[in-house]
Amino acid sequence: MGVLNRRELLKHTSVAAAAVGSAGISGPLEALAAEKIELPFGNGERELVRYPQKRPLIQMTARPPQLETPFTVFNEGVITSSDAFFVRYHLADIPLRIDPEKFRVDVKGKVTTPLSLSLQDLKTSFEPIEIVAVNQCSGNSRGFFEPRVAGGQLANGAMGNARWRGVPLKAVLDKAGVMPGAKQVTFNGLDGPVMPETPDFVKALDLDHARDGEVMIAYAMNGADLPHLNGYPVRLVVPGYYGTYWVKHLNEITVIDAIYDGFWMKSAYRIPNNACACTPPGQAPAATVPINRFDVRSFITNLQEGASVKANADTPVKGIAFDGGYGITDVLLSSDSGKTWTQTNLGQDLGKYSFREWQTTVRLPPGSHNLSVRAINRIGQSQPIEPLWNPAGYMRNVVETVRIRAA
Amino acid sequence: MSKIFTPAALLGFALFGAASIAFAEPVTYDLPEETAVLKPGPGLETARSNCLACHSADYVAMQPPKRGKAFWDGEVTKMIKTYGAPITEADAKVIADYLAQTY
Repeated sequence: MGVLNRRELLKHTSVAAAAVGSAGISGPLEALAAEKIELPFGNGERELVRYPQKRPLIQMTARPPQLETPFTVFNEGVITSSDAFFVRYHLADIPLRIDPEKFRVDVKGKVTTPLSLSLQDLKTSFEPIEIVAVNQCSGNSRGFFEPRVAGGQLANGAMGNARWRGVPLKAVLDKAGVMPGAKQVTFNGLDGPVMPETPDFVKALDLDHARDGEVMIAYAMNGADLPHLNGYPVRLVVPGYYGTYWVKHLNEITVIDAIYDGFWMKSAYRIPNNACACTPPGQAPAATVPINRFDVRSFITNLQEGASVKANADTPVKGIAFDGGYGITDVLLSSDSGKTWTQTNLGQDLGKYSFREWQTTVRLPPGSHNLSVRAINRIGQSQPIEPLWNPAGYMRNVVETVRIRAA
Repeated sequence: MSKIFTPAALLGFALFGAASIAFAEPVTYDLPEETAVLKPGPGLETARSNCLACHSADYVAMQPPKRGKAFWDGEVTKMIKTYGAPITEADAKVIADYLAQTY
């Protein structure tokens, strides 16, 4: 049966105990005791709050809930625990009661056979696939932008790597029969705005992308139902692409014969239309495109800023790297502020969309040292030494440096 | 958390786990209570009655500190023009002044 999942446990025990009403997911009493954490930028004070199905996470906002993963979690393993996985909503009318028997995913628009699929249909009428893939918020690390920009002020914890199981979107679209002339597919979830004037959160993918066989309607994450706040009962998984496309509580898939022009595609989540997706600090871009694939990132996870290690002794250094789906081929470490770089050893390959673990050892003389990490992917993309800037605070991927002390 | 892993709970899980697909119940989710409040300052009431209809006060509190009037004018305008917040012109000015002074 595997490890007990707390949500399952709560759900089933309350069914067993009461057998009436709904299965409630409630938090334990410790939720009331707020512990604080200070993120390393101005106004970085956050509460660690325990939500149902989640361990204490960094609460960026309460309504709608936005929770960041404490960075130490990334040193626990290459797969991010579902109970530590970050949470990001845009609009505060989030679904707090979902009936898995009545839930349907509607497939409509330019299709020959509109579908209304139950959870059971998704689980039994299609061949399931599994992909290990990173989900990362477009604005992950926004709090480190200089000059600072408006938006969710995140440190580096709006990312996570999970094993997703579900149905290829291609199989669902094939069953519905995409009509000639179709251009894009739009995705809507159960969450919505408080004010009717606020644009509903709807995202779109080009038809070819939607039918690539990897974009997935996921009903399981790390071997269990999706946590409620990560999109229960199903969410879109778009491997290699920023989380903005990973629509949660997905219940509406519409094939259209135009380029979708809703707010969340046409105006929001746009990046400068140039090779670096960047502008000189403070400047607006001349032209923009929808944000798309992740850039290359890498992190040291076992040594935090200010850590002390033993001088002239073998010191293990390890971490994670990932990119937009080409696959990480090299991770380099520098212990001299970027003057020289040495190859590290890559860990198990869980697929090109996954975090890739790396590890090495260094011997450091007494004193202060800057450890920097830089990854390279299969097509030669890497990370800039100096941070790039854009007005929305997206896609930060500077070479990360941790200052440690050897004594 | 270990306290809930009692033998009875495990038995309940085992019995009902097998039948969970056939007898799935509606799932409800209880959000923790919202604790953040807007800082005191001139215009607080106007900000509270307008801004907090759609989002919690921490949206404001986490923004970069001391960004001044232009930054907050921009944010209030974004809420009105982009997100359709029904805020009067007079209130918008009070709110932007409050935010610029207080945050």
